[in-house]
Amino acid sequence: MSTTTKSNTQLLVDGILKENPIFKLALSMCPAVGISTSVMNGILLGTAVLFVQVFSGCTISLVRNYIHPKIRIPTYTLTIATWVTVIDLVLAAYVPGAYKAMGMFVRLIVAFAIITMRLEMFASREPLTKSFWDGLGMGLGFMVGMVTLGVVRELLGSGELLGYDVLGFKPLLFFVLPSAGFFVVGLMMGFFNWIEVAYNRRKEG
Amino acid sequence: MNGMNGLRRYQWLMGILLVALFLTGCETGHDFVKKTEFKDADKIVVIFAGPVDNAWATDVSNFSVYEEPDPDIRLNIKEAALGPDKTTLTLNFEAPLNQGEAHILSTTNIVSEGQDLGAATLTVKKLYFGILMTIFLGAALIQNFVFTKYLGLCVFFGTSQKRSTAIGMGIVFTTVMVFAGMMAWALYQFVLKPYQLTYLNIVVFIGLVSLSVQGVDTILRKVNPALFKAFGVYLVLVIANCIAIAVPLMLADNEYNAWESLMLALGAGLGFMLALFLMACVRERLELAKIPPSFRGLPIAFVTAGLFALAFLGFSGLSIY
Repeated sequence: MSTTTKSNTQLLVDGILKENPIFKLALSMCPAVGISTSVMNGILLGTAVLFVQVFSGCTISLVRNYIHPKIRIPTYTLTIATWVTVIDLVLAAYVPGAYKAMGMFVRLIVAFAIITMRLEMFASREPLTKSFWDGLGMGLGFMVGMVTLGVVRELLGSGELLGYDVLGFKPLLFFVLPSAGFFVVGLMMGFFNWIEVAYNRRKEG
Repeated sequence: MNGMNGLRRYQWLMGILLVALFLTGCETGHDFVKKTEFKDADKIVVIFAGPVDNAWATDVSNFSVYEEPDPDIRLNIKEAALGPDKTTLTLNFEAPLNQGEAHILSTTNIVSEGQDLGAATLTVKKLYFGILMTIFLGAALIQNFVFTKYLGLCVFFGTSQKRSTAIGMGIVFTTVMVFAGMMAWALYQFVLKPYQLTYLNIVVFIGLVSLSVQGVDTILRKVNPALFKAFGVYLVLVIANCIAIAVPLMLADNEYNAWESLMLALGAGLGFMLALFLMACVRERLELAKIPPSFRGLPIAFVTAGLFALAFLGFSGLSIY
């Protein structure tokens, strides 16, 4: 049944770099713009997404032979919704402060295109272990993307990292304002494109 | 646009809705009282039909005020002042009032030119239409879902390349949103809340959104095949939009009633359509512009959206109350 020839580590690395959900696939942009103002937000929401991605991937992978193809999308949605409810209640109970800062975004994980897409493309075809590693890779990729944005915005915006004063001054206060999210994501995407173009040119010439 | 002609047929429905909105929330407390209203942050103004006795009106102990949900907490009145025409009474409170709630003002027997007109229990609340407009404008402009709440971005960037696509997506999204919003309200108020199942909110609402999309799909296919041909492709995209799940969650969190839920859903839909249309207009021009190669496509679209977000900050000063 397995159609992938990639090894487990390959799946993990691809999720983080080659198929990074935020910068490469450009999916689940809402939290990347909305709450990437601090590293802590990125870590927490990243954990939540990682959890949902891995567990729903494993669930679907386990029951993949019993799902009727016609109702597969509703099945994915309900599976994701169940795991989102679990992580939502857990976060609300144990880290109420940070949960409040993230607002609605934890509950909105349910509508993230990246999770449904991975279930459809991968977990519904592959065995449990492969799905686990793929989910882990995608979840970590999302977390890395969020943390990168968080580092850039927090460091340049308020000169801090994880709440500790690092620079001692605020180079670009604008970056930490909520409405700057679009600019930061746009500029960083452009920056990564530029690196890629420059790298390819050097390889050729 | 074929679709616009089809919509024109339903104008009478809008008329009925507007009339119904105006009829809700008009009440009389006492024959002698013409009007009650909030003023500034800490004042209530009562307008009587005729002159009232100065000694009665300026005695603070003749009045007692509480918020409708908690009758036990009496609000302290600092001062009562009667206007020169003797018909306008201004009650000055020690603390700012929570004007979102209705306030109950009860008076002792009203004394007017020596006559005793009996006690009065008056309701002071904002005009209901105003509250609804605030919710609508809030969802559409002040707290625009795309530019100030940063939701629904995947679909936003995916369907804002052409103006025709933007309008189609906007209309379909608004329709589904109103449908799903009203069902979510009914389900939350009559099933989830009474049986204390609110922890199932996410599961129920996401199912509901998929169901409404399927419902609109089926109905449209039968009732108006031409419209379906034009707009059917956007229906699937609605499910992938986080706004579609954010609206039911918001109306459950805020305990909105039916009208308020309708306004929130409508505002969210029209606000999304406005954002899409504005963005599509700019992106059509961007196609012709000279952009650095590494910024072509999504990156420049994000920077443009950032400029729009800054512009939408200007709406934060806009509010009816």
